[in-house]
Amino acid sequence: MTHQPLRLRTYVVVFVTLLALTGLTTLLAYLDLGRFNLVVALLIAAAKGFLVVLFFMHLVQTAHRTQFVAAAGIFWLALLVVLTLSDVLTRGWFEQPHGWSAIESNDSADQSGIRAGR
Amino acid sequence: MSEAHAAVAHQFEGLEQQRDAATLAMWIFLVTEVMFFGGLFTGYAIYRASYPEAFAAGSRLCEVNLGAINTVVLITSSFTMALAVRAAAAGRSRAAIVCLVLTLGLGATFLGIKFLEYAHKYEEHIVPGLNFTYSGPSARQIELFICFYFGMTGLHALHMIIGLVVVTVMVIFTARGRLAPPKDTPIEITGLYWHFVDIVWIFLFPLLYLVDVHR
Amino acid sequence: MSATAARVLPHEDSGTREHYLNVRYGLKSWLLTTDHKRIALLYLMSITAMFFVGGAFAVVMRLNLLTPEGQLVSAESYNKLFTMHGLIMVFFFLIPSIPAVLGNFLVPLMIGARDVALPKINLLSWYIFITGGTLALVSAITGGVDTGCTFYTPFSTTYSNTHVMPMAIGVFITGFSSILTGLNFIVTMHTMRAPGLTWFRMPLFLWSLYATSVIFVLGTPVLAISLLALGAERMFHVGIFDPNLGGDPLLFQHLFWFYSHPAVYVMILPGMGVVSEIIPCFARKRIFGYGFVAFSSVAIAVISFLVWGHHMFVSGQSVYAGLIFSVLSYLVAIPSAIKVFNWTSTLYKGTVTYETPMLYALGFIGLFTIGGLTGLFLAALAVDVHVHDTYFVIAHFHYIMVGGMVMAYLGGIHYWWPKISGRLYPEWWARLSALVVFLGFNLTFFPQFILGYLGMPRRYHAYPEEFQILNVMSTAGASILGVGYLIPLVYLAWSIRYGPPAPSNPWNATGLEWQTPSPPPTENFETTPVVTEEAYAYETRPLSYV
Repeated sequence: MTHQPLRLRTYVVVFVTLLALTGLTTLLAYLDLGRFNLVVALLIAAAKGFLVVLFFMHLVQTAHRTQFVAAAGIFWLALLVVLTLSDVLTRGWFEQPHGWSAIESNDSADQSGIRAGR
Repeated sequence: MSEAHAAVAHQFEGLEQQRDAATLAMWIFLVTEVMFFGGLFTGYAIYRASYPEAFAAGSRLCEVNLGAINTVVLITSSFTMALAVRAAAAGRSRAAIVCLVLTLGLGATFLGIKFLEYAHKYEEHIVPGLNFTYSGPSARQIELFICFYFGMTGLHALHMIIGLVVVTVMVIFTARGRLAPPKDTPIEITGLYWHFVDIVWIFLFPLLYLVDVHR
Repeated sequence: MSATAARVLPHEDSGTREHYLNVRYGLKSWLLTTDHKRIALLYLMSITAMFFVGGAFAVVMRLNLLTPEGQLVSAESYNKLFTMHGLIMVFFFLIPSIPAVLGNFLVPLMIGARDVALPKINLLSWYIFITGGTLALVSAITGGVDTGCTFYTPFSTTYSNTHVMPMAIGVFITGFSSILTGLNFIVTMHTMRAPGLTWFRMPLFLWSLYATSVIFVLGTPVLAISLLALGAERMFHVGIFDPNLGGDPLLFQHLFWFYSHPAVYVMILPGMGVVSEIIPCFARKRIFGYGFVAFSSVAIAVISFLVWGHHMFVSGQSVYAGLIFSVLSYLVAIPSAIKVFNWTSTLYKGTVTYETPMLYALGFIGLFTIGGLTGLFLAALAVDVHVHDTYFVIAHFHYIMVGGMVMAYLGGIHYWWPKISGRLYPEWWARLSALVVFLGFNLTFFPQFILGYLGMPRRYHAYPEEFQILNVMSTAGASILGVGYLIPLVYLAWSIRYGPPAPSNPWNATGLEWQTPSPPPTENFETTPVVTEEAYAYETRPLSYV
């Protein structure tokens, strides 16, 4: 795919942005944002990832077909994680049938652990 | 007139088709790597969802300073790698070699710092399977976290080592003049691989080092 | 004489013309080849050997099951037998079979190219296969594995005393062979098609291999990581799946089945592709609904990744997830059904002849339909609770894998045999063995549906007395099936030396592979062909074709 090379300026801007985002995510980790710590961290990581993919890996100027391949990879990982989590996070959703009881976790510190009982 | 290494392999109709095929092949390979690491990310996700406190405690055992420094080192190496690819495509082989060597140096630095972290964990007796003797609440789940720490960063480090070997080969080939444009595709696809390894770390850093550090 | 009966050329002498088989002789020319056709034959020999190894395990199992007490082998040995049978057959025969043999041989020919995009990677993938296969055989010879082909934790990681590590490593390594093959096919099909060969003029076999390759690339790495984690847990006693550490055994199952369910579609899609080639040729009719068949292959590949939880309905997975997976499993049956409708519509009002490839293809349609429909029974959560881990499941997947895939594989081998070997196989012996296979297969596996429905569990070396008659029938069928598989071994080998030389296009078929001599020259085509017509232009072609 012959294409015009990206300008040096683009690489420098992306590099500096990546460093800035690294600093940001580290700083934000020291603030207590509750559940949003994870969300923010993942969003920043995703932004950094996008910058690397689009500019350092030239995806902005690569064929649509290749862009589709890259997107498919991310999408498939999302499928794996989401569908697996859909099992783990919903295990307590339905009533246990009569006569069954959950096996208590030995560790008192973490009762939110995976229930072993059936 | 025939060169020692033909520019176009016999199965291709021309250089453009060859470059096209090589680039697509590397992107598809990177997708397989996404799924490969993805299995570990999936395991991490379900255990973090199940044991949030233990994972936070485990993360506090990781050294944020070293992790942050390593992140900066790796991002910089991605920058130098991108510059190397750019220089090679423009035919500036000396600049390419300089940038590739810088990438090598930064990559080696990353591995050195990683080794230091592993050594610290060994000294603190928290290497699962070897000398894990942490005790206290949620010790078992913290051990699980440390398993993921070693597994994910270890797999990542293995990929970096392979990357360093490939970059070294690129340095040698460029020095011998074998990768002048339009034969610079190997450097381009090496760059793709290197950037991917960087992206994996970009996700590993917050997930392993920055969980609940505000406590 | 029908238009499709193989035509013999009395005076063609392929012995003096140079082609890919005689261009160079010697072991090195084969072991260091980068010619996709030779690599296909290397694979052919390897997987044929593995097929009979896996079959041998099955023979001992079925002999043991002749009596309810099952005392031919001990219970522990029986556990090893069904594990090894499953692992060898799935990972070292079924998954590579059509893609690595017929795919490697035909993909460049069908798109009008000289080779695949990455020939050296192609050879590497065969060596990787051999390495993994050797490790698996080492594991088998030194005592085998008894975890079941599913390697469930924590038995495989903590409690099993058998040779799990070499086997897991062997399967892990072999996975990379499929990944590289899939990668190669995708790149080849995207970048090296001949001029005029648009996606919708491609033979459907290529569409099915494309879909298969997508699954290889997206799914196999997850199996790799799950086996790596299993190995780490077993070797270093770190408890990723160990409940004692708060680990979840179901995590292993999620990761394992995320690959292994799409893997079963890897095993059937290429077979469907072969059937899509054979049916139009021997019905002398263009395929009905080309677009539907092409898109259904892609749909199967995509949806196959959404259903893996149906293997885990009773394993402790949440009911909510079970519901989702059950609904999605119904969805995945639709594209398969679409294919069956299209094949039958192609046959309708076609000029059908019954050469060996057609016999296998017709057998495929019937047996795959039965297997597929019983899959729907299993997809219903409430039914699965009763038949999970019984012979019903075994019958279901053997109908698809053996009644479907193996028959499609044999059909494809026969269909393209003239192209691959330059010789014609003996038609009547081939038809006879197709019939023997069909009868033996049904006698072996139909009783197993009944056994499973009546409650006979799978993976047991012994069973209650009332099941004996059905088990004896099944074993009798297996011996007939075995004979049916051995006969082609003999006559195909015979034909290499003594079969009549084959013309370029013995079946009068469409497709670029038939426009080059049998066997093809190393570079496949004298000049790169240009494609101007649709894929199955049977109806616009005169009957006699040179």
